[in-house]
Amino acid sequence: MNETATDAQGKFQVSDEVIIEIKAMHKWYSEFHVLKNINMNVNRGERIVICGPSGSGKSTLIRCINRLEEHQQGDIIVDGVVLTSDLKHIEATRREVGMCFQHFNLFPHLSVLQNCTLAPIWVRKMSKGDAEEIAMKFLERVKIPEQALKFPGQLSGGQQQRVAIARSLCMNPKVMLFDEPTSALDPEMISEVLDVMVELAEEGMTMLCVTHEMGFAKKVANRVIFMDAGEIIEENEPLEFFNNPQNERTKLFLSQIIQH
Amino acid sequence: MTSETQYQPGTHPSLPPPPSTVGVVGWLRSNLFSSTTNTLLTIFSIYVVYLLVPPAISWTLFDADFVGDSRADCDSGGACWVFINARLGQFMYGFYPEAERWRIDSTLLLLVVLMVPMFIDSFRYKAWLGAFILFIYPVIGFFLLAGGSFGLVEVETPMWGGLSLTLIIAIVGIVGSFPIGLVLALGRRSKMPAVSAFCTGFIELWRGVPLITVLFMSSVMFPLFLPEGVNFDKLVRALVGVMLFSAAYTAETVRGGLQAIPKGQYEGAEALGLTYWKSMIFVILPQALKHVIPGIVGNFIGLFKDTTLVLIIGLFDFLGIVQAASTDPKWLGYSVEGYAFCAMVYWVFCFSMSQYSQSVERKLHTGH
Repeated sequence: MNETATDAQGKFQVSDEVIIEIKAMHKWYSEFHVLKNINMNVNRGERIVICGPSGSGKSTLIRCINRLEEHQQGDIIVDGVVLTSDLKHIEATRREVGMCFQHFNLFPHLSVLQNCTLAPIWVRKMSKGDAEEIAMKFLERVKIPEQALKFPGQLSGGQQQRVAIARSLCMNPKVMLFDEPTSALDPEMISEVLDVMVELAEEGMTMLCVTHEMGFAKKVANRVIFMDAGEIIEENEPLEFFNNPQNERTKLFLSQIIQH
Repeated sequence: MTSETQYQPGTHPSLPPPPSTVGVVGWLRSNLFSSTTNTLLTIFSIYVVYLLVPPAISWTLFDADFVGDSRADCDSGGACWVFINARLGQFMYGFYPEAERWRIDSTLLLLVVLMVPMFIDSFRYKAWLGAFILFIYPVIGFFLLAGGSFGLVEVETPMWGGLSLTLIIAIVGIVGSFPIGLVLALGRRSKMPAVSAFCTGFIELWRGVPLITVLFMSSVMFPLFLPEGVNFDKLVRALVGVMLFSAAYTAETVRGGLQAIPKGQYEGAEALGLTYWKSMIFVILPQALKHVIPGIVGNFIGLFKDTTLVLIIGLFDFLGIVQAASTDPKWLGYSVEGYAFCAMVYWVFCFSMSQYSQSVERKLHTGH
């Protein structure tokens, strides 16, 4: 466990308080065993990058953390709440865990501002004025306050993903989950999204990020987790992970992404 | 070939399109005379219009009789609108006592006055006004129309009729069936087997029988199952029948819209911590309903025209009363005018609904 005030990256704060605890967790899609005996802890302030070949279960894993997917065995404890099929627990967890998707999943019938204020107003019971003030603050942080009154369909992919990040931040989450946030973007838009995510990490946000952006992993992650066929194969600090992978499967994966 | 001006790469300016492809001439060329077949079709269509339209116009307008009070005034050879004029009161109000007809007028007028602000974009209390129209107005309307209290003479429902009855059935049917349809559509997609089975069964039952059967059942069979002495008004029974019948259709249309919403929208809403009902109300339904506006309005237009089937259970709706009037010996032989008038009125209502739905579609378009 990281108990030091700063970690391998040298500029990030990690506390020793565990915010996500996953113990002996298994998941099946009917007969298909998609996650096998997952054990991991996430401390407040950690930035974890999860990588692996497609179909390895990495997206499923982070979707289990806010119960978009249901696990059949083992425990997931998020900020002290055990995830069961109890709706109250699920909703409580989702309030504290923000999520950004590969395809943004913005609400196309609402303006950017309304996208950001919907949950604060109806879940956090905030007044419309307060919610809009907070939304503008976060839209400024992702550098698109001038788009607030436009609809998502009028924005570029990179802008949409930044709105999606702002929308999650408006709920003041304790953890942010990113499910391949740059995979659906044109190359020129990837960096504008990654920049926002780097800033977020520097501010101390706890992040779990499924991504193939290895540059991002090197820059901000304090741990990289490699998954294959539903198992965590290897996890390490980024420098060690990239320079000195232990497992054969990891070596193969890394050699394949570096070739391209 | 005109010679192309040469530009340095990266400096080519935006030029206007060639003149023959824009404006009226361009439109005619590309749409009416683009090929031999198209040109022939255009000429043929103009010929058909020439054959049909002028005689129709002279029958309805130029050769027609408008004023008078008996069939003797109809001698010009065209349409005899005198018949419609003479019976207009009955066509509009049925057998509602003449002295009380202001009650129907004011009920309708009140609705129109209440609806006007709903179409004004800057009006801020739409939600409150909408709730008033949905929940308070029907009560006011009921007391005004049925009477029997507040010093108003009671007018029993068999006296109701004509266009006002058609409108009452259609409006109650449309407004009542919509929320029921929404709930049925959501219910059919529910993860709870009992809810989903109930909604599926309900929808399939009502969609599986013709509206005529529903109306017959409501007026003939239903009373047999009631304990003696308990009696529901025939109109109320027909209204409930029409409402549930239409709800089943609305439900299936809405379900189609729900299925068109990508899974990501449900997940996006869930991930923000919205509860099921909140994500439905704020995220899923607004999008789903937008997709199915044409289908829902189609259902409503169908319902509006189907209301005329209440004739078979002895209620004289608009078409029913026009038909009855044209069998009156005094006006025998003028049923064509009656039907033409009916068709025009139905068309005006249905076309307005269609136009309104298209304007709503345009307004809700947000570029996706």
